[in-house]
Amino acid sequence: MKLNWSDVTPHRIFLDRRKFMAAGAAAVALPGLVRAQTINARPSPLSTDQTPNTFEEITNYNNFYEFGTGKEDPARNAGALTTDPWSVEVAGLVDRPGSYGVEDLAPDNALEERIYRLRCVEAWSMVVPWIGVPLASVLAKVGVQPSAKFVEFETLVRPEEMIGQQRAILDWPYREGLRLDEAMHPLTILATGLYDQPMPNQNGAPIRLVVPWKYGFKSIKSIVRINLLEQEPVNTWKQLQASEYGFYANVNPQVDHPRWSQATERVIGAGLFGGRKETLMFNGYGDQVASLYAGMDLSVNY
Amino acid sequence: MIRGINNALRRIPVWAVWLAGAVPFAVLLWDIFTGGLGVDPVQEVEHRLGQTALYFLIGGLAVTPLLRLTGVSLMRFRRAIGVICFAYALPHVLAWVVLDMGLLWGQMARDILKRPYLLFGMGSFLILIALAVTSNNLSLRRMGGQAWRRLHKLVYVAAPLAAMHWLWAIKVNEIAPIFWAAVIALLLASRLVIRRPMSWTRPARA
Repeated sequence: MKLNWSDVTPHRIFLDRRKFMAAGAAAVALPGLVRAQTINARPSPLSTDQTPNTFEEITNYNNFYEFGTGKEDPARNAGALTTDPWSVEVAGLVDRPGSYGVEDLAPDNALEERIYRLRCVEAWSMVVPWIGVPLASVLAKVGVQPSAKFVEFETLVRPEEMIGQQRAILDWPYREGLRLDEAMHPLTILATGLYDQPMPNQNGAPIRLVVPWKYGFKSIKSIVRINLLEQEPVNTWKQLQASEYGFYANVNPQVDHPRWSQATERVIGAGLFGGRKETLMFNGYGDQVASLYAGMDLSVNY
Repeated sequence: MIRGINNALRRIPVWAVWLAGAVPFAVLLWDIFTGGLGVDPVQEVEHRLGQTALYFLIGGLAVTPLLRLTGVSLMRFRRAIGVICFAYALPHVLAWVVLDMGLLWGQMARDILKRPYLLFGMGSFLILIALAVTSNNLSLRRMGGQAWRRLHKLVYVAAPLAAMHWLWAIKVNEIAPIFWAAVIALLLASRLVIRRPMSWTRPARA
């Protein structure tokens, strides 16, 4: 018998736990629960056996500056985002460029559940049960040309629905990039859901990147454009402050952010006295990904 | 009118200020015990304590400019405002030590030396300790008025350090820390620009 995460933590509990919360928060959360259709994603051997954070934690503690800089802002504001219809433009050095629907890139029958650790550059961490498809499968679908070396991603720009974009806190659209071998790595996925539900807006609906060995800001949300390139693309945080955020952004306890240490992390959900745990190289995925960076000086290519 | 305001203020006992100062702490305790702190209670506790301390620090800094500009005197309450500021700064630092850093002394020591935002914050906190410890009448008498006043002028250093502590800790330009840093800059500048009570405040005090 296949158990879903909703069997472990029924949604009624989430509702009860947020009874005390403002009606506004509930109003944002309810539509998600009403339309919730259960996705039956295949479990994956690449999942961690760590216990995921609760749905409530994952959907109320987000860095998604398109909806505000506070951690609760996305949960409050992302309800305004229209995610259907949605299309992703695939461009650049590909055989079959064009406009793709979310269903084309991540068809239901290909969905896998990937329970991954998520380590934010701000030195906190979570465990999230994503649902999605390997990015490699998407790239195979569109046909990557031999000259392509990098993949560039772009988030939607729609200031009337993404109120954080009404101020130039970042240079919109948010952009991220991966080296092609990073993009092809089996751990790298395009996610369209979490727990067994469609992706909540505040977590990057309808389709987002997840690269579990890199700081969270690499895992770009609400993607509308995928572009295959020969040159290393610009990524938003590096563009803002290159001394603090690099292109690679691999989780690395030995290379500190200039303004804070990356040696340890706070585990979200551990409570007031949860303390800290040591951060693992490549967020604990070193066995799978360290070889990608053989011979590179990671204190230079941070 | 100013005289009326000052007469009304004279009737407010200082303990009322202490009581008002305890309200944010009571709200915080309430939220801790009712689960109202959200997904990341550690950061919420830490940030709320720090911000409340900064607001009282700014309140204390505003007393003299307010008097010089308008003639309204909150001077009687200033010491309480300052001590309340410290009463939030101390648990703010303790929240960092115990809840945020989980008593990792080695990492804390390295971080304070390496991270400007922590250096600024700690600098501000050390000054606030000195001011809080000497905030009683006995210290004032022992030190003598002049030395005591000179020491307490360090608040002009503590406040900008606290503002820089906040500014250096954030990732993008956020409105709140920039706004409060500007308020502190204005209050300090006003002391240089307006060195004595404005003429229009005199009749009311005559």
